[in-house]
Amino acid sequence: MNRTEEIISGVLAGDRRSIARAITIIENEPVDAHKIVAAIYPRTGKAHIIGFTGPGGAGKSTLIEKVVREYRRKGKTIGVVAVDPTSPFTGGAFLGDRIRMQELSTDEGVFIRSMASRNYPGGLAKATKDAAKILDAAGKDVVLVETVGAGQSEVEIIKVAQTVVLIHAPGLGDEIQAIKAGLMEIADIFVVNKADRENADKTAMDIQAILQLNNKEKAWRPPILKTIALSGEGVPQLVEKLEEHKRFLEGDTFHKRELLKATAESELAEAIKERTATSILNDLKKEGKFDELLQKILRKEIDPTSAAEKLLSEKLRKH
Amino acid sequence: MQDTRKIRVLIAKPGLDSHDRGAKVVARALRDAGMEVIYTGLRQTPEQIAETALQEDVDVVGLSILSGAHKTLFPRIMNLLKQKGLTDVMVFAGGIIPEEDAAEMKKLGIKEIFGPGTTTEAIIRYVLDNVPERA
Repeated sequence: MNRTEEIISGVLAGDRRSIARAITIIENEPVDAHKIVAAIYPRTGKAHIIGFTGPGGAGKSTLIEKVVREYRRKGKTIGVVAVDPTSPFTGGAFLGDRIRMQELSTDEGVFIRSMASRNYPGGLAKATKDAAKILDAAGKDVVLVETVGAGQSEVEIIKVAQTVVLIHAPGLGDEIQAIKAGLMEIADIFVVNKADRENADKTAMDIQAILQLNNKEKAWRPPILKTIALSGEGVPQLVEKLEEHKRFLEGDTFHKRELLKATAESELAEAIKERTATSILNDLKKEGKFDELLQKILRKEIDPTSAAEKLLSEKLRKH
Repeated sequence: MQDTRKIRVLIAKPGLDSHDRGAKVVARALRDAGMEVIYTGLRQTPEQIAETALQEDVDVVGLSILSGAHKTLFPRIMNLLKQKGLTDVMVFAGGIIPEEDAAEMKKLGIKEIFGPGTTTEAIIRYVLDNVPERA
């Protein structure tokens, strides 16, 4: 067996070292990453993948730690992927989410992986989705994904998670109204953490008000929960809601089928776009016209979009 | 955009001392040098450190200790790393580790000891020059 085959076997057997090495390959080696995902894909789809998003300082990591403990109490196994931002200047990252979860490191039923965003937009890393698939195929009952925490534009999570939890806290200076529509619309559960602080009730009411403005009739009405992550208060109720949403997703077979179809289509489209873009771009670069038009752009004789159209119309006419 | 492989470093604080300014300075310096740095936080057991190194699939582990307990803790950490199959991880240490203990620590497999006064540039350089090749 070669290295990749060994790792695939290991992942499917739930071996932690194999899981770790597989995630590293997903992050760095596209060819073997593809082999791994192809091999484990049939074994995915069993885990409940939950996304935790919200502004920095809301207490995501602390809350996740308590949520993991509660799931463990119920006998479930967990994978956690915690994403932190990559510095756009240095390319490096300080991955500190794990600090608040370290006591769980030696629990065999918990696997925690820190991941740098590597400047991928939307609050996650490009590899996050496949890392969650690996943990799923490795047999974890629940996979928790923690987003970067910029808060407002982190809607990428909806492509990865089945249940999205938006965590906020009073007094962060980030008004609820400032949370862009996208995030408010995709969250399945809202949590006001640090609920012992002043204005916790107001924060909850502000969320309620915005939700009521969404006139859409939804089958699932997002609840607003209050927690105090530091003490664990409200966590059992949160986990119950998470389980409830999971049952809702499973029970609603029509919507579930539609959702699965939409997800599969978006993943297929993205994979096609990525491959065609790279291959066409490489072809165009080899032909002389690319550099010619590049020079024209520099001389302001043509704008980049028109240049692209020129290159593509010629290429596509040839087919 | 191709993902270029980044060096993953675990900065760990074994034992019971509560001084982590140095560890954080090193962690940030390595980050600024383009590495992905996982910091464990304070008061880690050897088991926590070794298991973290495994789950995070790091290339390098930096142990920061100021309590004098290195002679007890380092052998346990190195043993656990070996047990878990992490034999190709480079381990260095820093903090307060007397010169006379350095040789003994190196025999355990710790590649280098950085005492007080070491510049972050020196540590960055060392890691870049000595990070093991990936299998």
